[in-house]
Amino acid sequence: MNRPIDKEKFSDKVKEKRIREPLFARAAAYPHIVWAALFIIAPLLFVCYYAFTDQSGNFTLSNIQALSQHTGTFILSVSYSLIATVICLIIGYPLAFVISKASRKRQNLLIMFLMTPMWMNLLIRTYSLMAILDDGGLLNAMLRATGLGELHIIGTGGAVIFGMVYDFLPYMVLPIYSVMTKQDSSLIEAAYDLGCNRLQAHFKVTLPLSVPGIISGITMVFVPSISTFYISQKLGGGTIFLIGDTIEMQFQNRATYNVGAAISLVMMILILVSVAVMNRFSDDEDSAGGVIV
Amino acid sequence: MKALSRAFLILVFGILYIPMAVLVLFSFNSSKSTGNFTGFSLRWYTELFSTPATFAALRNTLILAVCSAIIATVIGTLAAVGIHKMKNRYLKKAVMSVTNIPMMNPDIVTGISMMLLFVFVGGMLGLKNSLSFWTMLIAHVTFNLPYVILSVLPKLRQMDSHLPEAAMDLGCTPVQAFFKVELHAILPGILTGMMMAFTLSLDDFVISFFTSGSDFQTLPLLIYSMTKKDVTPDMYALSTIMMAVIFALMILTNFKSKRETKKAKADR
Repeated sequence: MNRPIDKEKFSDKVKEKRIREPLFARAAAYPHIVWAALFIIAPLLFVCYYAFTDQSGNFTLSNIQALSQHTGTFILSVSYSLIATVICLIIGYPLAFVISKASRKRQNLLIMFLMTPMWMNLLIRTYSLMAILDDGGLLNAMLRATGLGELHIIGTGGAVIFGMVYDFLPYMVLPIYSVMTKQDSSLIEAAYDLGCNRLQAHFKVTLPLSVPGIISGITMVFVPSISTFYISQKLGGGTIFLIGDTIEMQFQNRATYNVGAAISLVMMILILVSVAVMNRFSDDEDSAGGVIV
Repeated sequence: MKALSRAFLILVFGILYIPMAVLVLFSFNSSKSTGNFTGFSLRWYTELFSTPATFAALRNTLILAVCSAIIATVIGTLAAVGIHKMKNRYLKKAVMSVTNIPMMNPDIVTGISMMLLFVFVGGMLGLKNSLSFWTMLIAHVTFNLPYVILSVLPKLRQMDSHLPEAAMDLGCTPVQAFFKVELHAILPGILTGMMMAFTLSLDDFVISFFTSGSDFQTLPLLIYSMTKKDVTPDMYALSTIMMAVIFALMILTNFKSKRETKKAKADR
């Protein structure tokens, strides 16, 4: 690839051209920088502004104080999404491992089947659970037909957690899978050579190397779980309110925008702090980019 | 061990797909029940297609997805080029961090933060309805941008940086070099980013929910309003069609990428 180039001879000319390059290059990012300032930074400043003002725009702390009414909701949301995240990890980690051990052709097929639900609309996926679990749904119809009685599932915490696991499981599997497939298989062989059995080799080599994937998986399940309002609205049957529901309700009415902004601000800080803490555990710089695909 | 892992795969994928399969099945049901299949009929499909709201929502969704994908691709590609060439490390890091905010933040926060901006600015301008197609378009471009940038940046890093330099040595201006050399090298990344932006925009509910006005409804918003009240199987029919389209697209892209890898191998 590298052809011998007389560097001395060319460097002057290249340098001369390079002086002009950054101008065009820097200007290229300007539209995005302006856009980001207007529509990413400014909106977040408005959340802060609304959180600390009353309806007429005067400074107040009452919105923040009003948060104490919602402590129960916060605790409920955090615990539900933590449970859902743990379940996703318990199912997702072995799933990622099994897929990564399959043949190449098989892997592609399985990953395609795993990714397809991710592209299906969340509302549809959540609602499809309703069609099964509802009192008049398929599951209860089958139970009735076999004479086993009925199960009231919708409206329980279990249904909401199941919905979160069902909707976000692929987000746990994919990052773990992509980290696992990149692992050097000779490391495992080395562990065998050094006297590890299969289980030991897994826990001493594969698992520690999968940590960056696990961390992204946890973030990608936890963040949408804690902020959801559709899942709890549908599968919670109108009796379970999470932070997302509370925020959504505050924004139905202009009078409560300020309280809604305060709740969102607290949730955002909570999430950003936990993501930052999590990311300290994985020193993989590219993990944020690897998350999407 | 092998039987166990196979059973595990079947179980998980079964749970993943059965609810959707049930939804598809009951979209062809002749009665309203989701517990009892009374007979095959296309009743809900005809009912769905006889409502003008369906077509309006479909048209709106496509317009929004195409416009936001194109705008995000242009701004995002330029941004990736600019970020790639930035000399100042701290500036680069700052721009990337800000770019990643919409990806890190929960959708609901992105949605309400933009809504607050639009409502505030709209109030200052004295508009009665500050939310419209335009606010939705801005919101969609904003959440699409990081995905475009993150698909173009790796292609720029992979590209041999001597190529544009060689083009400039041969007399190209930096802009010409960009269009003649760099653009070709990063085109796959641009296309991936554009496809991603398009799909994300089609699929988005939460951010659209907070930034949409009453006069512009997209398909996800239509589905939401359909499940809000008494649900009729129209919604199942609509969901079935949307799932079928996505499924076909997934298989098609999978097939295409396989063919491309084969072609790449053959070229070598």
